[in-house]
Amino acid sequence: MLNAFLFYFFAILAVGSAILMVTRRNIVHAAVFLITALLATAGIFLLLQAEFLFVTQIILYVGGIMVLFVFVIMLVNLDVSLQLVQFSRQRYVAVALAVVLAVQVLGAFWVGRTSVGAGPAQAIEAKNTEAVGQALFQHYLLPFEIASILLLVAMVGAVVMGKRRI
Amino acid sequence: MNHLIPTAIQQYVLPVLYGIVIVAILPLLAGYIVLMERKVMADMQARLGPMRVGPHGLLQPIADALKLLIKEDIIPEHADRFMFWMAPVLSVGMALLAYAAIPFGPVFQVADLNVGLLFILAVSSLGIYGIVLGGWASNSHYSLLGALRSAAQLVSYETAAGLGLVSALIWAGSLSMKSIVEAQYDRGDWFIAYVPVGFFIYLVGSIAETNRAPFDLPEAESELVAGYMTEYSGFRWALYFLGEYANMMVVASIATTLFLGGWLRPFVRYHDHFPGTSVELLDIVPSLIFLFAAAYCLRLVPRQPVKIQRMVMAAVAGLCLVLSGVMAAALLASPGVMAGIHGAFWFLAKVFAYIYGFLWFRFTFPRYRFDQLMRLGWRFLIPLSLVNVIATAVAVVVSEEWGLHPLASALIMQVLTLGVALWLAGRGEEPAAREPQVAEGD
Amino acid sequence: MLPIGNYLFLSFTLFTIGVIGVLTRRNVIVMLMSIELILNAVNINLVAFSRYWGTVDGQVFAIFIITDAAAEAAVGLGIILAFFRNRQTVLADEMDMLRW
Repeated sequence: MLNAFLFYFFAILAVGSAILMVTRRNIVHAAVFLITALLATAGIFLLLQAEFLFVTQIILYVGGIMVLFVFVIMLVNLDVSLQLVQFSRQRYVAVALAVVLAVQVLGAFWVGRTSVGAGPAQAIEAKNTEAVGQALFQHYLLPFEIASILLLVAMVGAVVMGKRRI
Repeated sequence: MNHLIPTAIQQYVLPVLYGIVIVAILPLLAGYIVLMERKVMADMQARLGPMRVGPHGLLQPIADALKLLIKEDIIPEHADRFMFWMAPVLSVGMALLAYAAIPFGPVFQVADLNVGLLFILAVSSLGIYGIVLGGWASNSHYSLLGALRSAAQLVSYETAAGLGLVSALIWAGSLSMKSIVEAQYDRGDWFIAYVPVGFFIYLVGSIAETNRAPFDLPEAESELVAGYMTEYSGFRWALYFLGEYANMMVVASIATTLFLGGWLRPFVRYHDHFPGTSVELLDIVPSLIFLFAAAYCLRLVPRQPVKIQRMVMAAVAGLCLVLSGVMAAALLASPGVMAGIHGAFWFLAKVFAYIYGFLWFRFTFPRYRFDQLMRLGWRFLIPLSLVNVIATAVAVVVSEEWGLHPLASALIMQVLTLGVALWLAGRGEEPAAREPQVAEGD
Repeated sequence: MLPIGNYLFLSFTLFTIGVIGVLTRRNVIVMLMSIELILNAVNINLVAFSRYWGTVDGQVFAIFIITDAAAEAAVGLGIILAFFRNRQTVLADEMDMLRW
């Protein structure tokens, strides 16, 4: 009961913020709406009992990536951009294509509608963080190391792109 | 868990009650920390501080709050109204929300989350938006630059502070705040004895996280007017200020829980009793402390120049006596009540000691320039915290696999980390780019 | 737990909104933000299935996606900043000539 109420609350918050983000004229408002959408997603993770992912989403996505976005938005702040046309010339074709994609995905849902229910009754793991940590360092050790090299490459790339004279 | 209270109340009503107590008392406490700061500042500058409003200035925070409430509410002309309103609310809200996971005693905790420590870190990183959006919404160059500088500083030191905490977490083995304190009880020592370098890293990181001196360039009076708070006046500014001091208390609470033993007394494992009773020797220390405080206040009574100050000093002495009696009476009550009251006393004592350290640093050190600040964060603290995490992990493995005493292995690795720290600190700034060598005779 | 269909439908909705955002907006920063929305929709999908099957593999995959999103956002924003310094624009329509 509480579960359903919380799910609909977070879902409506996420979808509403997403729609508002895509349509705002003011970029800073769009960024704030993306932040609320990400927070609602974190709430969904908590509802799915993924507590480590809940805090990771907030620390990394909302507290790291979005701060980066807000910084860049404030550095490229053009007052004149508020009066320009916001949507590109291809908007109708784009929306039509998105509708086609949506229909395809909904078709896939319809075909598989009988095979997804409430799921096999699983015991709730009390130690989600431990389980994630063990999986990360045992089965997924190689992707973990590659991810750290990826982050190193991204750091070097970001520093180089930020310099005025290379 | 207390068996006298029905489970339903325990699960739903108690957390709400704790939450109400925290939200009601914290702003008042933050106001009195401001008064404490002014008094300590005055003491270190050989003067008296606020003395006029109320005896010894004790009503000063209330007078300040009233003044700020009745001030005119000014909003800049082209400011973004919604964000201008929301930014201080966000700042204070996140500082108060962090208190949901902090344990004041074995029972007094709003919610014992499995990922409690990460939750507090997450909420603190959300507080950055209060600063950034406030600076942007003011529609002023000074505010925006101050906000961006402050946010850059916060993000840089967040990593270092988090890694400093990880070194204590390796010894604790769990992210739940209650389990961390219980791990310190099991080991018998506070974690500061195991990872002093980690405590130092967290101390420096937390000073930078709360924009306190010597890292307060974004809000210093002589720089950029007042940074992101320039356009805020009246109660909105008071909310920012409140948020900053509430943040200071959150950070002090985290340090207390992780490094200083939370609600545990010093020497937890020293269980020697008074002969014939079940009262432990070290448990009378709180009463003794209050007794000494009462005696000191009574000694000062005849030296006060004005009659009302004499009365107030005597009242303070009386209050200390009452508290001493409460601490002593708790010894005879049930273990749960005793743990609760003494736990709260030790927790608050450690938090205030940490905050006193903050105040001390503010009036002792000169301010860091912004580039020096960033250099310190990225080129000293982060490498040092990474080395510290590795050293702590080695210490834990050595003590568990080879049977070496944990304290010994921890201290050996901490000495090695200290060596790395001294090497890092000795490197200094980069030399200026060399001039191209011109051949002689040109 | 609710039927997994709820979570999948939410994920699909966010994905579609993100796709529309990427394809219709002119401002490159909003396009990047819509891409972040798409990645989050995928994360919800993965975590829902991870809970459905009772494993943590989906959550680990989601962690890797968050990591990659951070790396991509950092480099992408660096490119946008560098471009802005040269051309003073952040509109995708106007980024049509590499050299003039």
